[in-house]
Amino acid sequence: MAFLVEGFRRSFIENDFYKIFIDGFVATLTIAMFAVVIGVAIGIVLAVVKVYSYRTGKLKIARFFVEMYVTVFRGTPVVVQLMILYYLVLVNIKSGLTVAVIGFGLNSGAYVAEIVRAGIMSIDKGQSEAGRSLGLTEIMTMRHVIMPQAIKNTLPALFNEFITLLKETSVAGYITVIDLTKAADLVRSRTMQPFFPLLSVALIYLILVVGLTALQGAMERKLQKSDRR
Amino acid sequence: MIDVRKLSKSFNGVTVLDSVSAHVGAREKIVVVGPSGSGKSTLLRCLNLLETPDGGEIYFEGELITARRYDVNMLRRRMGMVFQHFNLFPHLTVMGNITLAPRKLGLMDTAAAEKKAMELLDQVGLADKAQEYPNMLSGGQKQRIAIVRSLAMNPRVMLFDEPTSALDPEMVGEVLSVMKALAEQGMTMVIVTHEMGFAREVATRVLFMDEGRILEEAPPGAFFDSPENPRLRDFLSKVL
Ligand SMILES: Nc1ncnc2c1ncn2[C@@H]1O[C@H](COP(=O)(O)OP(=O)(O)OP(=O)(O)O)[C@@H](O)[C@H]1O
Ligand SMILES: [Mg+2]
Repeated sequence: MAFLVEGFRRSFIENDFYKIFIDGFVATLTIAMFAVVIGVAIGIVLAVVKVYSYRTGKLKIARFFVEMYVTVFRGTPVVVQLMILYYLVLVNIKSGLTVAVIGFGLNSGAYVAEIVRAGIMSIDKGQSEAGRSLGLTEIMTMRHVIMPQAIKNTLPALFNEFITLLKETSVAGYITVIDLTKAADLVRSRTMQPFFPLLSVALIYLILVVGLTALQGAMERKLQKSDRR
Repeated sequence: MIDVRKLSKSFNGVTVLDSVSAHVGAREKIVVVGPSGSGKSTLLRCLNLLETPDGGEIYFEGELITARRYDVNMLRRRMGMVFQHFNLFPHLTVMGNITLAPRKLGLMDTAAAEKKAMELLDQVGLADKAQEYPNMLSGGQKQRIAIVRSLAMNPRVMLFDEPTSALDPEMVGEVLSVMKALAEQGMTMVIVTHEMGFAREVATRVLFMDEGRILEEAPPGAFFDSPENPRLRDFLSKVL
């Protein structure tokens, strides 16, 4: 018992180590939240371009770039992408946090694009014909008729992606970010006490994921209104 | 009001419309009949450019709508279309379905659009369903809502593609009676249907299509009682 109390004291209280954890927690949340927003924005645009191109035969060059993008970001490890961005591409941005937001956002965009594309394709062609036959433009039909249904259908897959993304931010330490995982590792190496730093960080990730899952359930119930019989 | 001249359309090299010419006058009710695959839907879908014709011309209210740069969205505002499978928007309430296009196109503000929707819903006897979602409705109710949704745009013409074919028999009547009422109000209508009784009663002219051509065209009396084309006679002997 005394051993545990001592471990706790050394991991969190001595040298104000708890502040490292708080900063790490903030960094992890910041990266995950901004990256999700960027990823969803990129993903929707890419998916729309791809579906539009398939259906109309137009924008073939744009579709080619979309496919390249998706292939590259899905085909290489996100850590490698982050390091390439930080050390080779965005060398003028000194903030690892900013590069991490951009990197995870770009990466997530590729996955979201595929999810949303499948969601759009799953919507019956009659829906867009009905929208268009009312005089709605292609874009209005996409926005008010197709997308709401596509997003709803893909909500489980999207949340899966958010959850994966949240956990993947744990490699941000490779580009000098002190996120939750890096914080734990720092404290572990300074105190030579692995127990509290690692388990507490694992617990925090777990709580975040459970929270996201609860949010998913709430959103699905809200959107399911139109399915109730 | 609509003038179709030598319209042709093929899919993957298969000719579906073979130089079809037809005229729809204001306030006319044209019923199109014919065997499956004869090109009825394709003809109808060419009228509002859901399909792009390969050749020929279509004039609507004097405008050449098949012209290259013609604004299809403006055309479709004036041409309602009702589909076999209703195609209601499942994520929107009945009210949302009806008011979406008038609101988003800036034709009416929400209050005006809802007022208009309630009037139309009242006419088809579904005012109490305004806040329901489509999946709570029967097929007949869905189709009446789909008709109302089109009417909310104040179209000049209504196109119907087999509006009762997906319905259980006991619901066909309620949809046909809404269409009859619309016809009596003077709406110009083009209707693809297998309901011969409806055609006889409501049509000003009936068109028979087979293999991408219009083989006969006559007022309903002559069309059903003294058909000339042997294929039409054959067709009628099967469906009547
Ligand atoms: N988008 C399309 N792509 C390829 N072929 C098509 C397409 N739409 C229609 N066709 C073909 O064109 C022909 C005519 O179809 P259309 O739907 O116009 O017939 P229809 O008279 O409406 O038949 P039905 O009574 O079965 O509805 C059919 O052979 C059909 O398979
Ligand atoms: Mg058809």
